[in-house]
Amino acid sequence: MIQLQDITKVYPMGKRELTVLKGITLNIEQGELVAVMGPSGSGKTTLLNLIGCLDTPTSGSYYLEDREVSRLSSGELAKIRAQKVGFIFQTFNLLSRLTALANVELGMTYAGGVDRQRAIEALAKVGLSERVKHRPVELSGGEQQRVAIARALVKTPSLFLADEPTGQLDSRSGAEVISILTSLHAEQGITLLLVTHDANIAHHCQRIIHLKDGEIVAEEGA
Amino acid sequence: MKKWLNFSATVWLGLSTHKLRSFLTMLGIIIGVASVITLMSIGRGTTAQILSNIQSMGANLITIRPGASFGPGGVRGAGGSTRTLTMEDATAIAEQVPYISAVASSSSSNLQLVVGGENTNSQVTGVTPEYMQVNNLEIANGAFFTEYDYQRGAKVAVLGSNVAETLFKGADPIGQQMRMGSIIVRVVGVLESKGGGFNSSDDAVLIPLTALQQAVAQTRSAQGERVVSSIALTVSDEKQADYVVEEITSLLRTRHRLAASADDDFSIMSMEELVSTVQQISGTLTLLLGAIAAISLLVGGVGVMNIMLVSVLERTREIGIRKALGARERDIWGQFLIEAACLTFAGGIIGVGAGWVVSHFVSSMTQMPTLVTADIVILAVSVSIGIGLFFGFYPAWNASRLNPIEALRSE
Repeated sequence: MIQLQDITKVYPMGKRELTVLKGITLNIEQGELVAVMGPSGSGKTTLLNLIGCLDTPTSGSYYLEDREVSRLSSGELAKIRAQKVGFIFQTFNLLSRLTALANVELGMTYAGGVDRQRAIEALAKVGLSERVKHRPVELSGGEQQRVAIARALVKTPSLFLADEPTGQLDSRSGAEVISILTSLHAEQGITLLLVTHDANIAHHCQRIIHLKDGEIVAEEGA
Repeated sequence: MKKWLNFSATVWLGLSTHKLRSFLTMLGIIIGVASVITLMSIGRGTTAQILSNIQSMGANLITIRPGASFGPGGVRGAGGSTRTLTMEDATAIAEQVPYISAVASSSSSNLQLVVGGENTNSQVTGVTPEYMQVNNLEIANGAFFTEYDYQRGAKVAVLGSNVAETLFKGADPIGQQMRMGSIIVRVVGVLESKGGGFNSSDDAVLIPLTALQQAVAQTRSAQGERVVSSIALTVSDEKQADYVVEEITSLLRTRHRLAASADDDFSIMSMEELVSTVQQISGTLTLLLGAIAAISLLVGGVGVMNIMLVSVLERTREIGIRKALGARERDIWGQFLIEAACLTFAGGIIGVGAGWVVSHFVSSMTQMPTLVTADIVILAVSVSIGIGLFFGFYPAWNASRLNPIEALRSE
């Protein structure tokens, strides 16, 4: 499903250049549950952004569902994000002015249109049927992250990308979030790429990729 | 449809978050639109009043003045300054040109009026008895002077209602005496008021032309004829007005012995021409008033741009989130552009209401007539939407060009 070939990413930093990814080659199959681990600055988030079509590589090729996407225009990348990718962020990234329901509906806005019934169902799936009309400030961190999962889930993307989804949660709500994600994987066969620091969480995954200084240094599982 | 509902919800959300700020931004547009509406309504109202005053003078009135032509063709000479029009011209016209019901000559002079302790300078018009009929005047009190008064140069005066009020302070002026330059005249009548405004008969002081010729030295033309400052006449059949004008032109050219190549040394203006002149002038004036008011609208537009730029900056993270969820550049662009346009559209609508109220207030306070017409309203509202689109363009473009990764990282 995902084929990365010799991907590099270079950011200009004033006069010097900062090479964040140094030739990543990686294949991920449909329905896999993959953890990406590594220290800060190892390029985990950059890799996730590239895979999620938020960013384009400096060199190398990227096939998403057999389509080369590394040289597409920003409009075409937006279309891919709208239809195929569900992001889950460490900082939740909900709109504070909107209710949980409206935040979930926002996930459908750019993916073909809002369907309130489906949004309610998605919230029910993450156990927030009672919290539909609440705003993010009225929700706990764990609940906010579940709203974010529902927002990603509602457009039935082929790829879920979670960037340290438990990074700002206490261990109990973190465990809840992880159990929701793993059960979604188990029941619906979603493809999930999970960036994490936590080895316990990583061990829920079938495959663990270790990243260091922009290179894949080790792979476990599979 | 669903998409649009959703879209308007997005826009409403953007605007309602900072209600006070949205309102203050709108205020610039509200004031701009309100002043456009108010000033243009004053312009339109004044035009309508002038036109109705002209109509009240009589639609079949033709006025001849000495000097080269004035009117829609442009000013070619100082009308009224030359001494080419005479009593004898008036008599000839009355005798030789068909379709004329009455001819009145008049001559004006600035004279000092003294009544008791009151002392004013006023334009005194010496007229022939036909003047009242030709100019459609009515007497409110007393009587107009007679043919007999005219023949013997009686020292009698008929006053406009404003003049009578100013000089006699509500006392009955009929039979009262007043000094007029070097002569003493007796007031015999007061004219019915026709409403204020352009060249109003309310401000007139009328005496027999023969009496005026005693008060001021009579000027004579080169041929020794008695000079008048204007000849007014009414046409019995309005359809023949053009023909009458032609006939008078050729008659006067012959009488004045003008060569074929020479310009007319008089000008003839029919009411029709006067109306078109007034409409042209006041149209320009109204436009000018509107343009001055539009400057404040422009300033309001700059305010909108300022707020939209701030708003884009504040909502960088929201833009990042929307982009991560799949918003294209034109989705973001459209969102902010429509937001700006909605802001100015709402401001425009409120501004129209405010302008309407203000213009009614102005006309009730100052007697200045105002007229809010549909075209002004449509113009003001569409200009305000246009301002939103114009000044929202750059901020919206800025928003759409944000890098989603950097936008997501911002606080």
